[in-house]
Amino acid sequence: MQLQIRPKKPPIIVRPNSFLAWIGRAFMILLALVVSYILIRNLIEKPLFFVTNVINGLQLGFVYALIALGYTMVYGIVKLINFAHGDVFMVGAFVSFFAIERFDLHQWPLKIFPTMNSFIAIGIGTITTILLSMLVCVLMAVTIERVAYKPLRDAPRIAALITAIGVSFFLEYFGLLDFVFSARFIPYERPFDVVTWYISDGIHRMQSGETPPDNAIVVSNILIIIILSTLAVLLFLQFLVHRTKIGVAMRAASFDKPTARLMGIQVDQVISFTFAIGAAFAGLGGVLYAIAYPSIKTLMGVYPGLKAFVAAVLGGIGSIPGAFVGALIMGQAESMTASYISTPMRDAIAFTILILVLLVRPTGIFGEPEKEKA
Amino acid sequence: MLLEVKDLQVYYGAIHALHGISFDIAEGEIVTLIGANGAGKSTTLRTISGLIRPRSGQVIYKGEDITFAPAEQIVRKGISQVPEGRKIFAPLTVKENLEMGAYIIKDKAETNRLMERVFKSFPRLKERINQLGGTLSGGEQQMLATGRGMMSKPNLLLLDEPSMGLSPILVQEIFSIIKEINAQGTSILLVEQNAQMALSIAHRAYVLETGSILLSGPAKEIAENPQVKAAYLGV
Ligand SMILES: Nc1ncnc2c1ncn2[C@@H]1O[C@H](COP(=O)(O)OP(=O)(O)OP(=O)(O)O)[C@@H](O)[C@H]1O
Ligand SMILES: [Mg+2]
Repeated sequence: MQLQIRPKKPPIIVRPNSFLAWIGRAFMILLALVVSYILIRNLIEKPLFFVTNVINGLQLGFVYALIALGYTMVYGIVKLINFAHGDVFMVGAFVSFFAIERFDLHQWPLKIFPTMNSFIAIGIGTITTILLSMLVCVLMAVTIERVAYKPLRDAPRIAALITAIGVSFFLEYFGLLDFVFSARFIPYERPFDVVTWYISDGIHRMQSGETPPDNAIVVSNILIIIILSTLAVLLFLQFLVHRTKIGVAMRAASFDKPTARLMGIQVDQVISFTFAIGAAFAGLGGVLYAIAYPSIKTLMGVYPGLKAFVAAVLGGIGSIPGAFVGALIMGQAESMTASYISTPMRDAIAFTILILVLLVRPTGIFGEPEKEKA
Repeated sequence: MLLEVKDLQVYYGAIHALHGISFDIAEGEIVTLIGANGAGKSTTLRTISGLIRPRSGQVIYKGEDITFAPAEQIVRKGISQVPEGRKIFAPLTVKENLEMGAYIIKDKAETNRLMERVFKSFPRLKERINQLGGTLSGGEQQMLATGRGMMSKPNLLLLDEPSMGLSPILVQEIFSIIKEINAQGTSILLVEQNAQMALSIAHRAYVLETGSILLSGPAKEIAENPQVKAAYLGV
């Protein structure tokens, strides 16, 4: 409990019809026009290249969605931006790397049942590897929550936020040590082979070394796996949050913790559970990302983490559909920027969007203005 | 005694909210706690429920010391609170709010049975079963809050100003339902601003003034007390 001694400073408000507000609005409209112009011109001039960019953006966007869900759920319940979340994603990728590289975990079904259908065997092996990564991420996130965040539950929010940044740095720089993950780029051995198809006049499976014809759209099995996994996760979440007791308790505790406790809801367990779910999805995202872009390093979680964070803010932090939509937009923005503006801008665009969101609609697409609760 | 409160001292930081209060509730009783704004009524309920911890003193329920048990355990022992200001979960539907009231009950069929019992007392809630709690009217929210409090099958129900903001007809209705809940075997600790109504249904009463108990006795006697009449009954 804090006693308010000085009255709050009134916020600086740009009045809706002032000159400044009109300049701001004109600037936004101009920006929207320029972006639309670039996109439409490119769509008309080189439609196939455009579609390829959309597909690349989808692949990124769906991975970002897996990370953004954790940000938004954790924020929903403890009002904390868990900056260590991107590093959980990284750990997910590394766990699968070691499982595959050192222990051939993805091949266990074939070793035990050599006569098994190889497609099914690889499927089971890959799923086992992913589940292991998710499990390690869950254990790590729950530990982080217990050790670093829980003691600060009643402290001012900024204390927990700074702690989250500290945990993130700890994981990153601990990982950078030579005997941990090191600072090198590490080639990632995929648990299964990439299969690509190109679609021109019909669907063709691409042979290795083959280049697709100019008028073809290329789709890979990894893209499909990423999209299907993310959609499955979203369905699962929707079910969890609306149809299960623990899910409804999560929403109740997000809204009002003391009253949730009066109902007998063990709020600490619900919070741990939320961290666990978020970490599991981030771990899944980490493995899929590594399979899609097969070169991993300790700091690989930094940018995807930040972009997913922006995605969650863009969608309206605390909102599950918002995180998904925001992530899809971030994926497209990144892929379009890389192709039509300049490749190095692909990371900067995230922050540009963050600034624009905070200026135009700080509550994000699906967010409602936050009410202060007692 | 079902509940015994002994010499409770509660502080909010430097603010001394309860100056050592003691009272008790017998099985089957309606006991009311009346007092002016800021007297410490809600603080008393929050301490019993385990939301705040006293600096000293004891809360004994069915012979067991529950002074420092956490809130989520206390409701499992059979004490349920309908908090001041209703505290409905606004983004949850009426049904989900009631399900949360029965959070400690594992059996789904039992939950449904309890929900039907609530709907019998408050048919209006059944019509609005899928409406969001936050969009209910104030009176409907009070019904929901009371119904939610009954969903855990409490032995002791703590009610914090159930008549606040209600029209006179609804106040009558809520009070008759409180009597009914009591008749079905639930003991009740009733905190009220509306002292007249509270004294009319309670068996015994305690008058709280700035954190101390000033008077206690059978509700009828308290209602006749000249001091109480002047201060709380506006006579
Ligand atoms: N969270 C808090 N922090 C500081 N002081 C508090 C807090 N809650 C209550 N108090 C103080 O404790 C005293 C008792 O408050 P309490 O809410 O128990 O009163 P009450 O009898 O329920 O009043 P009302 O009839 O207005 O609801 C008051 O002086 C109040 O200002
Ligand atoms: Mg009160």
